[in-house]
Amino acid sequence: MNTAVLSVRDLVVEIPTRNGVLRPVDQVSYDIAPGEILGVVGESGAGKSMTGNAVIGLLDPPARITGGEIHVSGQRIDNLPREALRRLRGRKIGMIFQDPLTSLNPLLTVGEQLTETIREHLDVSESEALNRAVAALDEVGIPAARQRIGSYPFEFSGGMRQRVVIALALCAEPELVIADEPTTALDVSVQAQIVALLKRLCRDRGVAVMLVTHDMGVIAEAADRVAVMYAGRLAEIGPVRDVVSHPTHPYTAGLMASTPLASLGHNRLRQIPGAMPRLEALPDGCAFHPRCAYAEDTCRAEPGPSIETCGGRAACWFPLSHDEQEGAA
Amino acid sequence: MLAYIIRRVAQSVLVLLVVGLVAFSMFRFVGDPVDNMLGQERTQADIERLRVELGLDQPFPVQYGKFLGQAVQGNFGLSYRQGRPVADILLERAPATLELAAVSGLMAMIGGIGLGVFTAIRRRGLGANIVMTSSLVGVSLPTFLIGILLIYVFSVELNWLPSFGRGEVVRLGGWTTGFLTESGLKALILPSITLGLYQMTLIMRLVRTEMLEVLRQDYIRFARARGLRERSVNFRHALKNTMVPVITVTGLQLGSIIAFAIITETVFQWPGVGLLFINAIQFVDIPVMAAYLMLISVMFVAINLIVDLLYFAIDPRLRLDRGTGAKA
Ligand SMILES: Nc1ncnc2c1ncn2[C@@H]1O[C@H](COP(=O)(O)OP(=O)(O)O)[C@@H](O)[C@H]1O
Ligand SMILES: [Mg+2]
Repeated sequence: MNTAVLSVRDLVVEIPTRNGVLRPVDQVSYDIAPGEILGVVGESGAGKSMTGNAVIGLLDPPARITGGEIHVSGQRIDNLPREALRRLRGRKIGMIFQDPLTSLNPLLTVGEQLTETIREHLDVSESEALNRAVAALDEVGIPAARQRIGSYPFEFSGGMRQRVVIALALCAEPELVIADEPTTALDVSVQAQIVALLKRLCRDRGVAVMLVTHDMGVIAEAADRVAVMYAGRLAEIGPVRDVVSHPTHPYTAGLMASTPLASLGHNRLRQIPGAMPRLEALPDGCAFHPRCAYAEDTCRAEPGPSIETCGGRAACWFPLSHDEQEGAA
Repeated sequence: MLAYIIRRVAQSVLVLLVVGLVAFSMFRFVGDPVDNMLGQERTQADIERLRVELGLDQPFPVQYGKFLGQAVQGNFGLSYRQGRPVADILLERAPATLELAAVSGLMAMIGGIGLGVFTAIRRRGLGANIVMTSSLVGVSLPTFLIGILLIYVFSVELNWLPSFGRGEVVRLGGWTTGFLTESGLKALILPSITLGLYQMTLIMRLVRTEMLEVLRQDYIRFARARGLRERSVNFRHALKNTMVPVITVTGLQLGSIIAFAIITETVFQWPGVGLLFINAIQFVDIPVMAAYLMLISVMFVAINLIVDLLYFAIDPRLRLDRGTGAKA
């Protein structure tokens, strides 16, 4: 079964607090194939970052994985000792954060940051590492890479810095990249370039990408499949075109209706009434039921069962059939 | 960058001029030196002669100008009490204070940075908590009390270390050092701890706070996400960023070590400039007091200047912002 680079099974992340245990990630399962880009969307606080951090093993205590399994290229990694997990980071799993302005160490040159990463993971000499660093900068489109290798981060613009960050995440040739809102902090004018760059590099190298964003435009542009998260659970996952045009979960439908996406042809935005519940006050059953127009007693008692959709899965008791679309949300 | 340095030097000179004025004013307004210098049997002629000799008969600005001119050449006049040149007396005493300050400063810096990093990295550990709690004691006990406690334990009760003086010193040209004899080294221990403990706790708490702040930054997270070793994350990435603010405070602390030495030198009867100053106050020996004041301020100003220059060495943003384009 396992051609997937990343395979997450029933992942549970819990945070013990004084008032009980919170579950920012609850029973999440998904796969990403080589060269595939999985978009992850959802409101802020839905657990997108937590999921990404759990995969790369960088959860901030007291948050920790309490259930499920994570496999990267067939190797189970969620139960690895710290040191083994550290060696995987950068080497097998690269990560890109939201803010390129704060992701780079201001006191080290980009060359120093690249070579230290390369030499940590690959058995190469200092000069070979330097060559690779230059090549990495060149690949992400930094002009005159060899001259810029001794520059400090502050000497680059925001968009250029995010390119450097991408070079850093990819320089030890990982098989999986987790990009947590890589364009949110950037100027609108450079967002598309960065997404296109990420897409091209990962396609070329067959790198699997988990692309967290709340920009449906980015999803439509770059992702092959999309996963919709709500209150720590996966509401729906499937090919982008299907999920966008025929959402199965009422939450997905609401999300699409509230997204300004020209390609969808919506001329009026509709907000989903209410707000996502806080983790401390999750309702029983399906967490979306207080905001759902279709909710019945079953939804209030039990979380939605996993059902097959065209090309994907959704967790809902009363999935939308396609002709119901127009009246949804 | 050059313009910046010139501006800072100009500021420093201004500060020194003001301190010089304060120091000089002491001559005019504190006591009458002639009274102090001459014994009971003095004649009006003696007084007049001494006043002229000391230049006390001239108008204020002239005296101030002369004072500055002399001070720049290291000439602070004669001590009222000893009748010898103040510069000679200070030079005699300086090695004792400088050696004491150097040892305590080094101890404060190494201990402070080391313990600060330790308590930041292991912030939930037992060791770190013990260190943090005891540091509260270090900050809250006054210096003289620490000195007296140390003397009580290590000199009086255990009889391991001397309670006063510098021990045997070796003369090397114009310098006297306690580093070369056993008794000299032993004599340094208690005073250095007394003098350095407070600064060490301050530096430690500062390093800890800064380091914890830096460890929360995104670039530390990103360094971890790239699979760098904890050692590299802590020392290469975090500590370097911690140093920028730490250097300012540490520099100022080292300056204040020399100023604080007054108390420690008094407790341990350490024959340095601090003890000289205390004795000078008792005898209203204005030239000595003025010279000491000038010396301390020169030291503070110099340290400040060095600290500013260190910024440039550590932080590339400052180096390059000034448009020198020194680095490719
Ligand atoms: N230390 C913590 N204690 C309690 N709740 C936390 C803690 N850290 C994160 N959370 C909660 O975990 C949830 C998931 O957060 P996150 O994964 O960052 O969401 P997002 O989808 O916006 O990336 C949020 O509701 C957040 O409030
Ligand atoms: Mg997030």
